[in-house]
Order: sequence, then structure tokens, then C-alpha cells
Amino acid sequence: MRNIVEVRELRYVYEDGTEALKKIDFELEAGETVALLGANGSGKTTFALHLNGILRATSGSVVIDGIAMSDKTLAEIRRRVGLVFQDSDNQLFMPTVLEDVAFGPLASGKSPEEAAEKANAALTQVGMAHKAGKAPWHLSAGEKKRVAIAGILAGDPKLLVLDEPTTFLDPPGQRGLADLLESLPQAKLLITHDVPFAQRLTERGVFFEAGAIAAKDRIPAIVERFGW
Amino acid sequence: MRHARIERWSRVASPLHRRHATAKIIAALVMLVCIATLTRQSLWCCALYLALLATAVPLSKLPPARILLSAAAVLPFALCFALVSAISGEPDRAVMLLVRGYLSSLTALLLIATTPMPELLAGFEVLRAPRFLLQVMQFLYRYLVVLMEEASAMQDAAGSRAGSIRALQLRQATGAAGVLFARSYGRAQAIHRAMVARGFDGHIPEFRTHRFLVPDALFAAVAAGLAISVRLVLP
Repeated sequence: MRNIVEVRELRYVYEDGTEALKKIDFELEAGETVALLGANGSGKTTFALHLNGILRATSGSVVIDGIAMSDKTLAEIRRRVGLVFQDSDNQLFMPTVLEDVAFGPLASGKSPEEAAEKANAALTQVGMAHKAGKAPWHLSAGEKKRVAIAGILAGDPKLLVLDEPTTFLDPPGQRGLADLLESLPQAKLLITHDVPFAQRLTERGVFFEAGAIAAKDRIPAIVERFGW
Repeated sequence: MRHARIERWSRVASPLHRRHATAKIIAALVMLVCIATLTRQSLWCCALYLALLATAVPLSKLPPARILLSAAAVLPFALCFALVSAISGEPDRAVMLLVRGYLSSLTALLLIATTPMPELLAGFEVLRAPRFLLQVMQFLYRYLVVLMEEASAMQDAAGSRAGSIRALQLRQATGAAGVLFARSYGRAQAIHRAMVARGFDGHIPEFRTHRFLVPDALFAAVAAGLAISVRLVLP
């Protein structure tokens, strides 16, 4: 299998001089799922934001699907990497569910008809087609999360990065989300504190500590070693 | 929430909602210019403009009482200036300030309550409004909502501990305002990131493309023509 993500010696230093990421090396194969574990502030989200070009490396390289991150390739990379943020309310900003899901395809230059087709297909995939005409703020937390994921799927990404996907979800909502993610063929990077949720979707974990990768191992081994 | 109500109103199906945003903007701008040039002798004009706008309310299939009341939200601000005029011995001018404020507010409310925000911005773009200004409007609209949501959450939190938000003293209230700004800034940053991650390049694409048709041109011509005629014929 070829790598969908290849990160080499990635460093990120904030303007105040704080080193948030310290020479990170990371690979992810196409279709593979990996969980990023670690304490709050250990650098997981900062790392994930580099995969979509929201943050740009101070030094080191990020290659997505064979494309090196640069100003010229940014749009291409953003089409390949879909970020699902922790708080769906921040992600859903259009007046109706359908319009929100169609935002990505429209922004990438698709016609309204093509965008609607993509959006409807993505909503069907996440089981939310019946809510297409609703306002996002009328949905439950679980429904919002599904719509946020549909908004990413409508852009045909090859990698899904999910930041704390189970936040705000009740147990049935969490199980439903796990079922949905299991059914998606894309490579997935889960940033989570929810170990059982991560274990249901993958065996492989990466443990972040103080901006560096402290371990790459099976999740049970990481849990045991770091008392997680 | 008020923003959600206006958003909901803008999605209603009515003859006024069906008109192209550009046609409605032209009509509203002409109306606003006519209202702005009203003098203290133009009371008949005011009455006719009010009648014209009041006729548009049922056409929009929006709740008349709510619309007419919501437009009055501008009155406390207009009242400040009106009071200054009244105190300086110009009661006619004071009345006209209030009337002009209300009519302008009603015109603007009818425009935004019958036009979804993306269509409204696209309508301004057709009229060659500066792109930068449109972006500012776009973000102002989105982040005003954020500010209101954060303020509401903080009000609930303060109320639950202090018994009432009114129990906060001036010093605490000033601190709370600072926190509100910082929280809103943080959330606005998160929203912007989420938009950029999905390909936002400074322009919110329009989902429903409306063509400017003959009925739209007729609507703009009749509405603007009526507003100008009233202004020219009556003193």
C-alpha cells in the first residue's frame, strides 16, 4: 500500500518561541485508520492542522498523496484532506444542511447542480438525506456531527481527520458514529481521548507527549505504558 | 434568536422572496435615498411611504406585527438624536428624525427578511459593490451571530451563579465584556479555520443561481418609480 500521508521532521514554533511540534515523523497508508492519543496540549491538533495546510511547518515536510505541501499545491491538498472539527457548530455555517454540505464542492468550482448532486450523495451516505432542508441549528449533536462529516465527504477526500469526534455525543450517537466511520473507505486519523471508541476503529495508535511522538504502537500497549 | 428568525423569514416562499436580490436592492436603495431627503414638511410623503412599505409586508407573507415591531428596534438610537433636536427647539426635526429612522429601518428589514444572505451579497456583487466591503458584511453577519451566542452562554452562566446577570457590578461587567470579546475571537478563529479547510477563498459561493428576469426588472422599475414619484409630486 502506498502512503497517503508522509511527514518528515515536522517542526512548528509559535510566534512567542514555543515549540509546539518537535521533529515529527509520521506515515499513514491509504485506507488505514490511526488514533492520535495524548494529553491536552500535547500537539495532536496542531499536528492535524498541518495536514490540511491550516498551519504551515516551521521546518520539515508534509506530503499528502504524493503532493508536497506548498502555496501552489494548497488547494489540491485541501481537496484530499477533510478536517472534521471538534465542535460541529463551528463547522456548519450555511442556512440549510444541503447548502452547508454543498459548500465544499461549490468552493472547489463545481456547478450548483453538481454540488447539489455531491451533497445529496454525501447526506445519503451519512443517513441525513431527510434533513437536507433543515437549518443546522435545529439538529441534535449527533446529527450535526453527521452533517459535518457529510460536508467533508462531499469533497471526495482521501483522508479524514477527525478531532475529538465523540465530544457532545451520547452513547447511541457514539455507536452510530463508529458504525458510519467503519463504513467509510477513506484513510482516517482520529484525534481522541476516547480509548474504547478508538479501539473499535483501529489497532494502531500514536501517542503524543509535549509536542513529540512518544510511541507508535498498538493501542492496548500504549494504554498500558502511559497509564492512559 | 433574532438572527435565526430573520434567517427563517428570508427562506419563506412569497412573490417578494421570488424577486431577484438585485431588483430588491435597487428598489430599497432608491427608497432609502427618498426617505433620507424627506424634510419636515413631508408628512404626506411619510404617510405614503409607510403605506407602500406596509403593503409590501403582506406580499412577503411575513408576520405583519412582528415586522412592524422589529423595525422599531432602531428607535432608541434615533431617539437620542431626536431628543437633542427637541431640546434645541426643533420639535419638527425631532419627529422627522424618528420617522425617517423607522421608515429606513423598515425598508432595510424588508430587504433582508425577504432575501437570504448569500443571495443578498450576490445581488450587491452584481451591482459592483466593492468585494472587500462584501467580505466585511459576510463576516460581520457570521460573527455577530457568534457574539450573540457567546453572550447568551455567558449570560446563562452568570445568571446561574449570581442569581441574575443584573447582580454583576460594573467592574465585573467590564471584565465579562473582555472575556466575551476573547471567547468570540477564539470561536471566530475556529470558524474561519473550518471554512478555510473546506476551500473558502474569501467568497461564499451561491448555491441557488437566480437569473434576473423581466418580472424582476418590472418590480425594480415600479417600486423605484413609485418611491420617486411620491417624493417628486408631494412636498
